[in-house]
Amino acid sequence: MLSVKALFTEYPNERGETVKAAQDVSFDVPEGKLFTLLGPSGCGKTTTLRSIAGLERPRSGEISIGERVVYSSGRNIFVAPNRRNFGMVFQSYAIWPHMSVFKNAAFPLEVASARVNRAEIDRKVMRVLGTVGLDHLASREATKLSGGQQQRLALARALTMEPKLLLLDEPLSNLDAKLRERMRFELKRLQRELRLTTVYVTHDQGEALALSHEIAVMNEGRIVQIGAPRDIYERPHNRFVADFVGSANFLEATVIGRDDRADIYQVQTAIGNLLAFAVEPLKPGDGVVISLRPEDTQLSAHRPDTLNAFEGVVEAKLFLGEFIEFQIKLGDMLMLARVHPSFSPQVGTKVYIGMNPEKCVAIPDDARHRKA
Amino acid sequence: MSGLAESAAGAAARQSLWQRLDLKWAVIGVSVAIVAYFALVPLVFLFWQSFFTPQTATKAAEFTLDNYGKAYSSLETARLFINSLQFATGVAIFAFTVGTLLAWMNERTNTPFKALFFSLSIIPLVIPGILFVVAWIFLGSPKIGIINLVLQNWFGTKYVFVNVYSIWGMIWVEGLHYSPMAFLLMTAAFRSMDPAMEESAMMSGANILQVAWRITLKLSWPAIFATILILFVRSIESFEVPALLGLPVGIEVFTSSIYRAIHQYPSQIGLASSYAVTLLLITSVGVYFQSRLSSQGNKYSTMTGKGFRPRTIDLGRWRYAAAAVFFGYFLLIVVLPFLVLLWSSFQGFYSVPSMAALKNLTLDPYRFIFSYPTLAQSVWNSLILALGSATVIMLVTSVICWIVVKTKIPGRWLLDNLASLPMVFPGLVLGLSIMIFYLYFDVGVYGTIWIMFAAYITRFLPYGLRYNTTSMLQIHKELEESAQMSGASWATSFRRIILPLLKPGLLAGWIYIVIVSIRELAASILLYSPGTEVVSIVIWELWENGQYVELSALGVLFIIALFILVMLAQYVGKKFGIKEAR
Repeated sequence: MLSVKALFTEYPNERGETVKAAQDVSFDVPEGKLFTLLGPSGCGKTTTLRSIAGLERPRSGEISIGERVVYSSGRNIFVAPNRRNFGMVFQSYAIWPHMSVFKNAAFPLEVASARVNRAEIDRKVMRVLGTVGLDHLASREATKLSGGQQQRLALARALTMEPKLLLLDEPLSNLDAKLRERMRFELKRLQRELRLTTVYVTHDQGEALALSHEIAVMNEGRIVQIGAPRDIYERPHNRFVADFVGSANFLEATVIGRDDRADIYQVQTAIGNLLAFAVEPLKPGDGVVISLRPEDTQLSAHRPDTLNAFEGVVEAKLFLGEFIEFQIKLGDMLMLARVHPSFSPQVGTKVYIGMNPEKCVAIPDDARHRKA
Repeated sequence: MSGLAESAAGAAARQSLWQRLDLKWAVIGVSVAIVAYFALVPLVFLFWQSFFTPQTATKAAEFTLDNYGKAYSSLETARLFINSLQFATGVAIFAFTVGTLLAWMNERTNTPFKALFFSLSIIPLVIPGILFVVAWIFLGSPKIGIINLVLQNWFGTKYVFVNVYSIWGMIWVEGLHYSPMAFLLMTAAFRSMDPAMEESAMMSGANILQVAWRITLKLSWPAIFATILILFVRSIESFEVPALLGLPVGIEVFTSSIYRAIHQYPSQIGLASSYAVTLLLITSVGVYFQSRLSSQGNKYSTMTGKGFRPRTIDLGRWRYAAAAVFFGYFLLIVVLPFLVLLWSSFQGFYSVPSMAALKNLTLDPYRFIFSYPTLAQSVWNSLILALGSATVIMLVTSVICWIVVKTKIPGRWLLDNLASLPMVFPGLVLGLSIMIFYLYFDVGVYGTIWIMFAAYITRFLPYGLRYNTTSMLQIHKELEESAQMSGASWATSFRRIILPLLKPGLLAGWIYIVIVSIRELAASILLYSPGTEVVSIVIWELWENGQYVELSALGVLFIIALFILVMLAQYVGKKFGIKEAR
């Protein structure tokens, strides 16, 4: 459906340096799917979204939706944003304060090149407002809406034009935490029900994991990994992804050899030998980094009879309600462990930390590669 | 199949691009052309003219450097320079001191009635410069001045206590006239300051005066400097006070000399131009420093988004003294001038208030004014000029400031500077250069109302730009982008999104320009001809003819009309400003 090929954008910043905002960004979004661009601020995700929207003109690349090319550097095509027929929800919602709720939502139909008659506008707008649950507020001034309602209105406005593609630029980042959680569910329900092809931009990994069919993690203008949410979380391809999506412990390691099981390797680390999982085949002597999520650790008072178990000392602990976070000292290393509050050893006591080999993901060591 | 569809889409894209560019670039092009024409043309011809000899019936103008030679070598010019500097510096310091003291009392102390005072602070705007000066002549002239007569009566002497026809009198009148501006500028500076800075000084054990001197004033340094510069530039380019108070006793400054050079026979336009170029250089330096100051004020950045007001300082019993200062000030700049005009407007011929004169009250001056032959025409001219220039300026600058604020078109800073350029033109200099231009390029504009229209547009262009820019900066760019994403073309989103959101700034700027155009005198005085007089010119003519009581009657009516206009502005501002202030 949406296809972005080799997108490249650069622009000068305030100091006159060239910023490579997007480099070789390519991806496809199948019809009806929600695709997320995830990354820290300045990674190029918003530039990519704005290029799809037509609000920015990239240096080179090609963007097409179905059969229609909206941008191509090679053929010198650039369709103006107002002729692309993409719906967009902005980070600030961009609700026009001088119009009522109805007027805001009706605007795309009123300015459409194909004239829509009054009754038709009424019918369409009220249906969309109904979908987002704002039909009872249609005549209200837009500025009198709460944050969550403004967010829904922005969505309704993007939907009234029955867009081929929906673009969402951090739509939930301006809401408070509780409302954000609720809107997450609602957004997901709407997207799935209407089967809208959607590109979603966020820096919040929780949102990305919760909403997406597929996620592209971006860093420094490049896509570093594309995959389904579970893949991204459980099988990060590199240190950046493991670190940015969720939190992770990292252990530098050297491959010793293959285990009997598929994709499991024996590696040597500072805290001892352990078993780890790898997607790409590894050979003995390879330098890797083992990534382990804090919630994938098991703490116990007695040595468990599993593999990958080590003895450590509780260095510090934080009670966070749903769980407790421990810093466990293993030799010179500090490991982060997240466990249910039912197990709560004192600071300074001896504990055993167990790691499931499936969850210890061996990834290429970017840092060491760079040094070499 | 797919290739065909793509090329069709491509063709459609190219065509739509062409359509989109069409109107957008036409509007932008026209706006830029208007600004460039109005801002640059007068400047260029002023320079050009300053190198020519006067044109007379027998002799054509010739190229010469004599104007500058004469302007810069004579002792006369040195005196002119010193007078101007003394006058402008005196006014700036006096107005700044008064304005700052009042602003501080109003913002930081618990002086009674200060809310009332603040809402009254806009009233001085309604008294045009020429009427203010005339009123102060009635009050402070050595022969007929009420103040002198009252004091002489009390003490039984013939001693002249006050004399407005002196450099100190000029500074006093002009300083009072500009002090509301200093008050408003310093109030804004005090309001934008983070109150925590003063509160922490208070907590460190500083007393009221130490806080005011060592924290409040020191932190406002950029604002103070900018305010003094503005006051200096405004007073060095002011015309009414030097012409009415200085010329009769031979105290000349640049503006009055320019006026005199033109009004002798043959007109010394070249000499006037070289004076004008000098004056322009002085004001340019002032405006340049002021703009640099406001663009790099970050070091002192005291702006915070915090909405709370600072704790006010308790003056104790002194607060009544402070209130008395407020009332005294208000008496000097509004009540006394207006009352003296009102008094003289009911007299058959001008006489000092007394029981005897009270019996001579008459409506004759008003009858005279209403039957004055050019009155209806001049009111009509003033209205047409004010409404027309305000509308054109606000619409043109809305496009200009959209380009400057919202786009990344290269060279947009140049456009911004170009539209701000008229700021350096004193009204008289602007009038002079426009006069020269249309005199030499006869396109049928000279001697018509259009030449004044051109002058007003040029003169008030920077104000329109400033009001629009303030408003434009508050419009989030996503508001416009979301209109684009909704399928709106540039023209549609400008008309339906940008202009409505700009409304508070548009309206405020429009009303301000209407008011200042109606009061305008300095540029009009060189450009009017029979049939194109405006109200302020009629007042000027009455003064020249010595028709003081008639002038007073017209002045009273004029002030009342402006007062209604200002109240209307306040009302409109409240109604539209607050709702869309987000």
